[in-house]
Amino acid sequence: MTRIVVAGAGAIGSLLAAHLARVAEVTVLTRRGEHAAALREQGLRVSGRADLTAELDATDDPAALPEAELVILACKGTDLEPLAARLEGRLAGATVMTIQNGLGAEEVVAAHGSWPLLSAVTFMSGTRHGDAHVEYVLDTATWIGPYRETTEADARRVAELLESAGLKAEAFRDLRPAQWSKLVFNATVNGVAALTGLSHDFHFAETERPSDLGHLVRDLVDEGKAVAAAAGIDLHDDPWEMNVLATRRGHRHFPSMLEDVEARRPTELESINGSLVREARRLGVPTPLQTAVYRLVKAREASYSE
Amino acid sequence: MRICVVGCGAVGSLFAANLSLLEDVEAWAFDLNELHVAAIRRDGLRLSGGGDVVGHPRATSDAAELPSCDFGIVATKAMHTEPAIAATAHAFADGCVATVQNGLGNEETLARHVERVIRGTTFPAGKLLEPGHVQWDVKGETTFGPYDARTPLVEVERLADACTRAGMPAAAVEDARGPQWRKVIFNASTNPIGALTGLTHGRVCERPDLRALVSGLVGEGKAVAAAHGIVLDADPEDLIDHAAKPEVAYDHKASMLQDVEARRPTEIDFLNGGIVRFGRELGVPAPLNEAIWALVKGVEAAWTQS
Repeated sequence: MTRIVVAGAGAIGSLLAAHLARVAEVTVLTRRGEHAAALREQGLRVSGRADLTAELDATDDPAALPEAELVILACKGTDLEPLAARLEGRLAGATVMTIQNGLGAEEVVAAHGSWPLLSAVTFMSGTRHGDAHVEYVLDTATWIGPYRETTEADARRVAELLESAGLKAEAFRDLRPAQWSKLVFNATVNGVAALTGLSHDFHFAETERPSDLGHLVRDLVDEGKAVAAAAGIDLHDDPWEMNVLATRRGHRHFPSMLEDVEARRPTELESINGSLVREARRLGVPTPLQTAVYRLVKAREASYSE
Repeated sequence: MRICVVGCGAVGSLFAANLSLLEDVEAWAFDLNELHVAAIRRDGLRLSGGGDVVGHPRATSDAAELPSCDFGIVATKAMHTEPAIAATAHAFADGCVATVQNGLGNEETLARHVERVIRGTTFPAGKLLEPGHVQWDVKGETTFGPYDARTPLVEVERLADACTRAGMPAAAVEDARGPQWRKVIFNASTNPIGALTGLTHGRVCERPDLRALVSGLVGEGKAVAAAHGIVLDADPEDLIDHAAKPEVAYDHKASMLQDVEARRPTEIDFLNGGIVRFGRELGVPAPLNEAIWALVKGVEAAWTQS
């Protein structure tokens, strides 16, 4: 049986670990000892789109991890650097897969070891209800592609593993077109949600009145598309259509940046909007609206201390 | 001379109480807040702070009680202009109606109901402490000018003179758009930034990236004003930097931030929305103001999101 380490047990890490435990031996690496203990003792419960309780191993000590074939780094972008540093010199035989939002996760991990690397983006979402319980909210796909010393076939094997575990997954020869589609989508929707307090619903696609939010969303998407085009990326999906489709799902989705702002936590602004704005500047593409959104969310984070 | 203040919140109360002290003026106060009206009728209208005054305007919530007046001074929030003047227009059939409200478009609304309209911009400010009692925080100038050729300048001068004699210094000018747009650009470029980020005026201005966004908004406002042939009486940039000083308004939470925190509708439609509308009339784009308009409308929509 395949051995998998899932590092980071937020909503996405928990969903991956619990499902994969059906088809593989899974060890979860957590930051907190009590989190690992709760997972070992109670198992990991999934409710919502799936209903299962997975038995799995868990530890907060990287030295205690078993050798594994696959390591999925499922922490938030803001926690990736310290996580990769904790894994340096370990898990020599593993292929490591990143699944963070935004750009640049692969480079961060590549600097800490010579593991073969896969990139992934995921559209799944979930809500944690405690250390040992995650609600599976959106059962949308995870997309996987090669990054360093891996091939499309490697990506396909991992995608098939996720599918056999009951998740949705797709392999790509080149993930960047999909990664950029999600980047532009997230930079737009997450930023607007964080600033307005709106969960992702019909307001984001409304263009009837001049002040409707859909105009701004479309303008932000257009700026992102211009940056992608300048970077030589042929987008896999049109982020505006992704937005319209998502608003028609008929139930509320709370982008993580909105949840972070409401809980006064640091957001993934830098790895999402920040990386888009920096790419735009590097490529000489004007993005006045995305720059405004980036500055406003950045300032919102600074207001936590008010 | 009979003058009726329409909308006796903080600013309206400053005018009503002070004007009622003049021997040659019969001052009326019209407000829908029946507790405020009852208190004024019982104990008079008390101001503290900028001046300690107890005025005795005749107060009513019933527009039918209003006699024919020489002047109206409309001081409601901008989104209430239409119903306020629709209810009271009969009292001003032979008089002139001045606005001392925030934003753009109030004069146009008044002109749909009354013949002679006076454009006004006022800087005094305060807050309603309890029914019948207003804290007078800021003393300042008021500028009045005819809205169009139907309003004789001599009438504008008569109103300005009465206000000045009552302790509310006011000037009558041919074209009052300069001070109006200066204040609108100032408010539109700073208030919503405070509202969206949660930062005080000083903290907005000390962040170079955010101050640059403020300047972007100011620049668009100036371009729209210039296209309409409006000469600003001062540079809004200087006012913004002046207000950011510790001894001026560093710690001031913009009224729009206070509105957002209390979940009250904001005047965004008449500030950034007004700049966008006046820009469109002449084909002058104001994309940052448009973005800010949509974001604050989104904030308001989030309060009622199901």
